[in-house]
Amino acid sequence: MSAALRPETWIKTTPAGLYCLPGDFYIDPLRPVARAVITHGHGDHARPGNDRVLATPGTIAIMQERYGEAAGGSLQPLRYGEAVTAGGVTVRLVPAGHVLGSAQIVLEHRGTRVVVSGDYKRRADPTCDPFEPRNCDAFITEATFGLPVFRHPPDSQEIDKLLHSLALFPERCHLVGVYALGKCQRVLALLRRGGYEEPVYLHGALIKLTELYESLGVRLGPVLPLIGITRDTLKGRIVLAPPGATADLWSRRLPDPVVAMASGWMRVRQRAKARGVELPLVISDHADWDELTATIDEVAAEEIWVDPWPRRGARPPRDQKGPPSPRAGARRLRGGRVNRFGPSPSSPDWIRGSAGPSLSPLTRGEGLLPCSPSPRLRGEDRGEG
Amino acid sequence: MNRFAALLDALLFTPSRNGKLRLMQEYFATAADPERGWALAALTGELAFDTAKPSQVRALAAARVDPELLEWSYDFVGDLAETVSLIWPETVGAAVPVPSLAEIVEQLKRASRTEVGQLLEPWLDALDATGRWALLKLVTGSLRIGVSARLAKTALAEWGGVEVDRIEEIWHGLAPPYRPLFDWLEGRHPAPDTGDLPTFCPLMLAQPIEDSELEGLDAADYLAEWKWDGIRVQLVARGSERRLYSRSGDDIGAAFPEVLAAMPAAVMLDGELLVLRDGEVASFNDLQQRLNRKTPTPKLLHDYSAAVRLYDILREGTEDLRGLSFAERRRRLESWYAREPQPGFDLSPLVPFANWDELRALRDGARERGIEGLMLKRADSTYVSGRPKGPWFKWKRGALTLDTVLMYAQRGHGKRSSFYSDYTFGAWRGDELVPVGKAYSGFTDEELRRLDRWVRNNTVQRWGPVREVSPEVVLEIAFDSVHRSTRHKSGVAMRFPRIHRIRWDKPVREADTLEELEKLLS
Repeated sequence: MSAALRPETWIKTTPAGLYCLPGDFYIDPLRPVARAVITHGHGDHARPGNDRVLATPGTIAIMQERYGEAAGGSLQPLRYGEAVTAGGVTVRLVPAGHVLGSAQIVLEHRGTRVVVSGDYKRRADPTCDPFEPRNCDAFITEATFGLPVFRHPPDSQEIDKLLHSLALFPERCHLVGVYALGKCQRVLALLRRGGYEEPVYLHGALIKLTELYESLGVRLGPVLPLIGITRDTLKGRIVLAPPGATADLWSRRLPDPVVAMASGWMRVRQRAKARGVELPLVISDHADWDELTATIDEVAAEEIWVDPWPRRGARPPRDQKGPPSPRAGARRLRGGRVNRFGPSPSSPDWIRGSAGPSLSPLTRGEGLLPCSPSPRLRGEDRGEG
Repeated sequence: MNRFAALLDALLFTPSRNGKLRLMQEYFATAADPERGWALAALTGELAFDTAKPSQVRALAAARVDPELLEWSYDFVGDLAETVSLIWPETVGAAVPVPSLAEIVEQLKRASRTEVGQLLEPWLDALDATGRWALLKLVTGSLRIGVSARLAKTALAEWGGVEVDRIEEIWHGLAPPYRPLFDWLEGRHPAPDTGDLPTFCPLMLAQPIEDSELEGLDAADYLAEWKWDGIRVQLVARGSERRLYSRSGDDIGAAFPEVLAAMPAAVMLDGELLVLRDGEVASFNDLQQRLNRKTPTPKLLHDYSAAVRLYDILREGTEDLRGLSFAERRRRLESWYAREPQPGFDLSPLVPFANWDELRALRDGARERGIEGLMLKRADSTYVSGRPKGPWFKWKRGALTLDTVLMYAQRGHGKRSSFYSDYTFGAWRGDELVPVGKAYSGFTDEELRRLDRWVRNNTVQRWGPVREVSPEVVLEIAFDSVHRSTRHKSGVAMRFPRIHRIRWDKPVREADTLEELEKLLS
């Protein structure tokens, strides 16, 4: 990599989000912009109101479903692997394995390659294309679960837990909290894979996206809306609902529900307890610690930038002394890369941005502020876990 | 071990009693001996070995993972055992066999505290994350999964089709892994014979009674005693063994060595454990200083000396007195006590009365500290374990009440998780409301629905799961007594506060002041 083309000279962090200077576009912008490249359809990445949007056909379909006319002035689909060029920058979308349509953004400019991972995971997911690692000079990675306590168990084990509980409490209904996009459809697919053929009941907020998945060829088995269903019908059944609905007025219509939640945050018991979850299911669409570290090794990038925690941007800088967020652990990844679990090769100083030349502007900028989730579950509030 | 760990994990997350019972029953039915016996011992707190210190556990982890990442993870997770269980690197394709709970317990029993650390390491390598968590909880000495010994025994009894009291009776004559117990419950052998061991006899309990219900009863059939505000205990001395049992059958002798030391031989007694100073009953708060402490310091022993006020005798020498009438047992208790007076023991006096009105006057006039009301016992009642309807009643003094203002509400648990059912209420101090307590009972389902709706429509601010509401509703709170407390902002704490009435009609300015509450301090 020549000195003139260090990534920070053409990829900038701005208040509106990550900006590609020569290409004049933003990636997952935080506020409406003229040109946006969108990694995937979750609300903290795909926002409405941009003039021109470039994304995979799947992501565009999801944005249209969610935002209608507001999805963007013009929507340009780009299939995985195909390239477009803007201002001397070649843009490719490569599967990220996060949700349907999710993509990494591969940017090439005068011989350097930068990959913006978006959100991703590495394990198999029947509802979307698998992550494809791309060698690059700089890898800008998500790090939702960037602490080594986050290791997601095999999905089948978690689905078995749900099915076992269903057998043990046949007179109760099992209410599983799932995000509307991705998690809902993945849990359905995993249930089918686990041999569960019964109809699954869906909260109204989950229906349209599930239908969209079906229309795009993802088979999810029989699902039913809850309209006109009696309490007794739901005994021994599985109901999926958005996380917020599981402990509120809406859930009163259900017969003595066992409240489950499918999320990577469920790995930490006290967090699950605090949400009143009775059956935590560690099913995540994000890379866990092992996947993050393996991916970082695999892409063989000279620079690793860690996506800053406060995605929504509007919040003021946090107190420096707060507890570290999982993302802080991901920053640590760089220090511990050579010998991950051995003694740390560099002093903690690098966290504060005074270490080696490979530190990126992004790391330096936010390294001063150990952005932390509050003791409450900020994770769920922000990104989709 | 992984099976047992999965059980602990499920119990931790299951809020309902019935759910917990079902989980334990499924486990007892499907786990093998001696594994399930050791599991039962763990659930009932009967495992005894030198526990590991948290620092040992932390050191083990620090040798395996980056210490800084360990610290950050610990900060994030907030519980050391859980952090270490999650962060412990999985040994890929480990050939280490998963240890059984029996194996783990056997080895721990033989190990000294310093050796525990070395034992742990290979186990941590062999177990899965839940297994590691359960192991670390076990060796650091606290499960905290919301299961009492009683609940575990109840699960066992329901699964085996016997009364839980049958298990309580023989429990202290058994030892882990309880093979004879499982043999009996699965119908292979008769009930284990505990012979001459000083086992617990489940207590006879009283029903509550209201003033209005007394009219149907003949005063001449009953004897009365004061109802003391302490804790119910059973004292058992057999051979050279002496035991002090709590109401639920827990052996609490170690916490009250002075009582154990003063206990006479060859007798089984029923009484109230109290802190006494110069013959006066100290407040329940004083007794609380002694409760939940496994071993008291000399200073505690001196400042909060415990004594037992006796009211029944169940066995004398080898003679079982439970079949005698209460009046007869009382005579035996008095004559026994006359022969063997002991320091640290006295008799709870009978309260003579001619009719209910006279007794009511006595009850309402009793201002002595430590009296909660009266016990009424049929003179002809034999001693029957459990809570039979009719022979014994507790007749509590009318509760105190205070008009307070609803300040905060929080959602409940389990079936109430969609309802704002936990209420914090306050009293006036000048123009300011000071929280004085929290209540989550005393209302009907209909009232709960109305309060829940009101809370949702009148929220002024949210603090995580807590909603602050506009101060507009007066709650009339009933409570048994009020004490000084350094833990509460108001400086006072109520005992058994519950919602007596919801005064939708009453203006909040007419609610009571903190001063008025302080006047009720006992």
